[in-house]
Amino acid sequence: MSARGPNLFLERETYRRRRLLDAARVLPVLGIALWLVPLLWPATPEEGVPMSVALVYVFGVWAVLILCAFLFGLKVRTRHADDAPAPRPGSGQTR
Amino acid sequence: MDTLSILVSVCLVYVIILFAVAALADQMAAAGKARWLRSPVVYTLSLSIYCTGWTFYGAVGYAARSGLEFVTIYLGPTLVMIGWWWGLRKLVRIGRSQRVTSIADLLASRYGKSNMLAIGVTILAVLAVTPYISLQLQSITLSFSIFAGTDEQAPDNTAFLVAVGLALFAILFGTRNLDANERHYGVVTAVAVEAVVKLIALLAVGIFVVWGLVGGIAPMMERIDASEIGAFEVQGGRWTAITLLSAAALICLPRMFQVMVVENDDERHLRTAAWAFPLYLFLMSLFVVPIAVVGLDLLPVGSNPDLFVVSLPLFAERDGLAMLAFLGGFSSATSMVIVAAMALSIMISNHLIMPLYLTARSGLGVTETGDVRHVVLMARRVSIGAVMALGYVYFDVSGDDAALAAIGLIAFAGIAQILPALVGGLFWRGATRAGALAGLTAGFGLWVYTALLPGIGTAGIIPAAMLADGPLGIGWLRPQALFGVEGLDPIVHSTMWSLSLNTTAFIAVSMLSFPSPLERLQGAQFVNVFDHSVGPRGWTGSPAQAEDLLTMARRILGPDRAQALFHREARRQGVGGNLPEPTPEFLDRLERELSGSIGTATAHAMVVQIVGGETVSVEDLMAVADESAQLVEYSGQLEAKSAELTRTAAQLREANDKLTQISLQKDGFLSQVSHELRTPMTSIRAFSEILRDTRRLSEEDKNRYAGIIHDEAVRLTRLLDDLLDLSVLESGQVSLNMRSATLDGLLDHAVATALAGAAKPIAIDRRRSEEAAQIDTDLDRLSQVFINLIANAQKYCDAPDPWLTIRLRSLGDRLAVDFIDNGAGVPREARALIFEKFARVGGDKAGGAGLGLAICREIMDRLGGEIAYLDGAQGGAFRVLLPAPRAMAAQ
Repeated sequence: MSARGPNLFLERETYRRRRLLDAARVLPVLGIALWLVPLLWPATPEEGVPMSVALVYVFGVWAVLILCAFLFGLKVRTRHADDAPAPRPGSGQTR
Repeated sequence: MDTLSILVSVCLVYVIILFAVAALADQMAAAGKARWLRSPVVYTLSLSIYCTGWTFYGAVGYAARSGLEFVTIYLGPTLVMIGWWWGLRKLVRIGRSQRVTSIADLLASRYGKSNMLAIGVTILAVLAVTPYISLQLQSITLSFSIFAGTDEQAPDNTAFLVAVGLALFAILFGTRNLDANERHYGVVTAVAVEAVVKLIALLAVGIFVVWGLVGGIAPMMERIDASEIGAFEVQGGRWTAITLLSAAALICLPRMFQVMVVENDDERHLRTAAWAFPLYLFLMSLFVVPIAVVGLDLLPVGSNPDLFVVSLPLFAERDGLAMLAFLGGFSSATSMVIVAAMALSIMISNHLIMPLYLTARSGLGVTETGDVRHVVLMARRVSIGAVMALGYVYFDVSGDDAALAAIGLIAFAGIAQILPALVGGLFWRGATRAGALAGLTAGFGLWVYTALLPGIGTAGIIPAAMLADGPLGIGWLRPQALFGVEGLDPIVHSTMWSLSLNTTAFIAVSMLSFPSPLERLQGAQFVNVFDHSVGPRGWTGSPAQAEDLLTMARRILGPDRAQALFHREARRQGVGGNLPEPTPEFLDRLERELSGSIGTATAHAMVVQIVGGETVSVEDLMAVADESAQLVEYSGQLEAKSAELTRTAAQLREANDKLTQISLQKDGFLSQVSHELRTPMTSIRAFSEILRDTRRLSEEDKNRYAGIIHDEAVRLTRLLDDLLDLSVLESGQVSLNMRSATLDGLLDHAVATALAGAAKPIAIDRRRSEEAAQIDTDLDRLSQVFINLIANAQKYCDAPDPWLTIRLRSLGDRLAVDFIDNGAGVPREARALIFEKFARVGGDKAGGAGLGLAICREIMDRLGGEIAYLDGAQGGAFRVLLPAPRAMAAQ
């Protein structure tokens, strides 16, 4: 974020922001889809998926979702903070 | 025995610490220096009351029995939390903007402030949550008993004492203040502390099991796969249904609603909780399967898997860890019970007791003496006691472990019946009260019939025969195989039927019924909460007595806050004193303020009682519409008036400008006149003085001077005559002497008069044959004009051989006489001025006062004709446009 410097194109920022919200909306849907996957696994005791694999899968999805939600929360916060107009570094125009 | 006494003392110390924490937090909040109490971390931790004793102990037992299925209890809430942007954000915003006090209050408020709905939800919540509370009592009792080593160790006594203690805590810190917006900092902080304790406890046991007992992650995984729950086996129906139920429970459970919406300090805390709470759940369930597997392995067959969390450390002779685990379970159970009892008591007192109380006392009126605050707080305390007593009685009566274990999910299924009305209310403006009632009734009934009664059926509430064969032997009405749908898991069966029929009834009845105006207003406010957090509301102006309102508010909010509120409002309205006008806005605000203490429906009812006005009827809305139409009309009139005023002002300004100009002209005229009079007077005075004072004056000089004096006097007289003439003409007092004559005669007379006595008369060029036209006007005046023009030509024509052409022209139906000489004419720049008074061209050559042409113009104006300088002719040229014959005929 900081490397990108000042908001040169406001439209782009707004656009990013919209897509970010889209991502936030998609997240639970993604979670539902991923957590319904175990239902497709074979359920007979002989050829069933080992519990360890199932554990890793379910908790792995969980961790990823938490991470995404965390990143989204972070983004939303910094974007809100970015709303304040920052001084443009290096722009020598005094007008 | 020793362990037990240690346990009891540890518990007591722990509880005392909790009391201290709560008291301290309340104190700090009251002192206003509790910023960290409102931090997102505390908010997130307070949400952890979702993890009750049932999850702390029960999750391991659940995993030991059915493998990974236990995790669905946490997956649902995780999905809801990470989807906060969709639903929770809106819920919290509405909760804050409408000052909602409970889930029942929210639904009542959404559906037209209907207390009936609130009562229904309250009853449902009490029915669903009470067994849940008894489950917590059981978990505490069981963990006590396992420490004691004997299952017979007077569990009744323990449960009773715990129930009393928890009730005391809830009453002390949950009913301290009345306004639910002032939050229960003490309770929330204590709950947050307990959240930390239970997380640490479970993690400690888990780490001990994985690394202490098994020896690392890899051997743990092997052990898991080798155990009796080593293969992943779930029923798809249960997996989905429990995920759905737990998701619904996170929103609909009264205690969850309490901490998530009512106690929410800042909407932005959701942002943190959105990932932090799932993380908490993640950590809480991370070690559940390992503990279950190791417990199944190591502990003797037949030991209760629900207590593995405590019994494993005990088995490994780690008493300290076991104590910590016990405290974790104790924390889980107590925090849940305290908040649940508090939330339920708010619902019961606001929606059951207060309406009854108000109805019973409506004869007296709420403005009569008596402190309602006291009544509300008392109602809450009694409610907490009653809820706790119910939980204890349920625990005491059922006593069956298996039945209690099943209760958790059954409670979830029951509370989930609120979901359709809640979600519909938040997102669908077409949802009506009738629809919500229908859906709730259908769902509630089906839940009781298919889940609650069979679930506790072994305790003998419904006979086993009915369960097997249906009521009166009607097979398709069997509670666990409704309409012939057999072979389903009971909870899936119940969830499917109750929720689907609930939703169907809700939607269908909503579409068929018509909402009241208040419902529609509230619906719009809820669904579009982000568009207008403060929107149009229901109060219409009514002759309420501000004093009565103040009296009532004082009794509910307390004197200081009420006084402050009214004072603030009066200032906002710009009214002196402390009593604001009961405007709709004020009533609205007051109602919201009150609803924070006593719930929306009750607050509404109380304000209605004083204001006397009905809420919003169609008539009111029509009146409002009429009013606005009138306003539009009125503003239109105002606009017209303002335009008229602008016009008038412009006219006035114009008139003023004109007057100023005229005044200037008058000043100029006066100075001109005095100057004109002064010049001949000076020479008359000078020459008469010479005649008087000079003795020896020749006769010749004497005659010359007398001649000058005479000439000047004549000139003076002429000037005065002219001035008089002009003023008469200008003032319009001239009387016209209308006569008829031919033009040639008139011109003859004029030429003769003008040129009489001239030393060298100007040559006149006329066409007598064309001048036979008959005119009818004031002949003297007209000839005065002609004379003036001819005399001017005589005076000013500078040609060496001057002559004047006089021609009669016919311009349409008008006649014009042109006077054109062969001189240089009037200079272009002077032409605009020659008809003005005292305007003289080319110096004082002929001794005129410069009034002649001005008089001519005035005369022609009077006669109805015109005089103008004729541009483009050879020399000086004037055109006299004779009066129109029609105008003459009319005179």
